[in-house]
Amino acid sequence: MLSLNISGLENGVVLDHIPAGKSMEIYKYLDLGSLDCQVAIIKNASSKKMGKKDIIKISGGLDQVDLDIIGFINHHITCNIIKDGHVVEKRQLHHPKKLTNVIRCKNPRCITSIEQELPHVFFLADTKTKTYRCKYCEEKYSFK
Amino acid sequence: MPRHLLNPMDFSVEELDKLMDLAGDIERNPDKYAHACDRKILATCFYEPSTRTRLSFESAMYHLGGHVLGFSSANSSSAAKGESVSDTIRMIGCYADICAMRHPKEGAPLVASEKAEIPVINAGDGGHQHPTQTLTDLLTIRSTKGHLDHQTIGLCGDLKFGRTVHSLIEALSRYEGMHFVLISPPELRVPEYITDLLKEKNIPFEEVISLDEAMPQLDILYMTRVQRERFFNEEDYIRMKDFYILNNDKMALAKEDMIVMHPLPRVNEIALEVDSDPRALYFKQAQYGMYIRMALILTLLEVEV
Ligand SMILES: [Zn+2]
Repeated sequence: MLSLNISGLENGVVLDHIPAGKSMEIYKYLDLGSLDCQVAIIKNASSKKMGKKDIIKISGGLDQVDLDIIGFINHHITCNIIKDGHVVEKRQLHHPKKLTNVIRCKNPRCITSIEQELPHVFFLADTKTKTYRCKYCEEKYSFK
Repeated sequence: MPRHLLNPMDFSVEELDKLMDLAGDIERNPDKYAHACDRKILATCFYEPSTRTRLSFESAMYHLGGHVLGFSSANSSSAAKGESVSDTIRMIGCYADICAMRHPKEGAPLVASEKAEIPVINAGDGGHQHPTQTLTDLLTIRSTKGHLDHQTIGLCGDLKFGRTVHSLIEALSRYEGMHFVLISPPELRVPEYITDLLKEKNIPFEEVISLDEAMPQLDILYMTRVQRERFFNEEDYIRMKDFYILNNDKMALAKEDMIVMHPLPRVNEIALEVDSDPRALYFKQAQYGMYIRMALILTLLEVEV
């Protein structure tokens, strides 16, 4: 089988086991477009576990990427920290305490629905139930 | 950074005690405070009309010797031209020393406070919070009963949508020896997060349907209005609004020192005959509302008298 070769990463992070086709979504959530480091996106890589998967490799930039957002989006994505060409850490992803412009408040009575350029901010209100609430109207975020 | 009041729980129990002590002193010695806010200006930014709340704030400021400016509906303000809350509060900060904001959108006063260089008081933001109402209720109880703890309080009417009820329960849940009797039709019971809160704190409560049966044990009865706009269908509204009407017969079942409270305006849930009962405190409540707003303005402006 033909496989695309992306040169090895010296320092950075590899996001593995992204469901196939979802890598661009992750790219947007992490705002990778705004970083000046190298980013490689591999689509439809073969996976024993998943059949097909996406992978994102980010060179450097570890301090500029809020990896916890991935913990919010999808727990199953693995996050390998690479130093000197080796995996030094499989990062445990936590639910972030705060999400800015990741999800939008759907409450039509919320000030975020009319105020110009107001960021949509959610905070983790309950760590047990993983409930996020809008900072402004305190409505629960529902994934439906 | 100025201090704001956005949520009834923004003040700790100790801070609330101080605030209510101040309100009590204002009630006893109004002359002492008559010039406390000389040359200070309160802006009342009301993006939706609420005459009762606005008058209470204005009266509070005038009693402190201060001045008031503002608007009382969105059409008469820059909001009609599409100005954001963030921009409006920056302008208001140039004209006034403190701002009371009422807004139909939830979280608007928080947005204002993030951009404001003056204290912002949430004077009601949609169905979200109305902290000065809660403070008024607390002061009314404390001033007439002498203390906030160890009370059996009955809350009656629309407990599902009644924001004032939820905030009051949360605020009172911080005191010891409380017992809540939640009196409502099954359809209008308090939301689960309120009963969860009470369970978590091991605070005894009952959910009952009959006002008559609940009456004898109550120290406080808090009546609420069943709002027409909460119902999609007129029949449901008509059936429920008459569910609980307080009259002299029901008052006869109550303790002699029970107090009746109501956030006003009432529709018909309290018969007029109850008004002359000395236990009816709902008009006096408006006076406490002014005292607590005076104390709040002084506290947020850090004026020492
Ligand atoms: Zn919201």
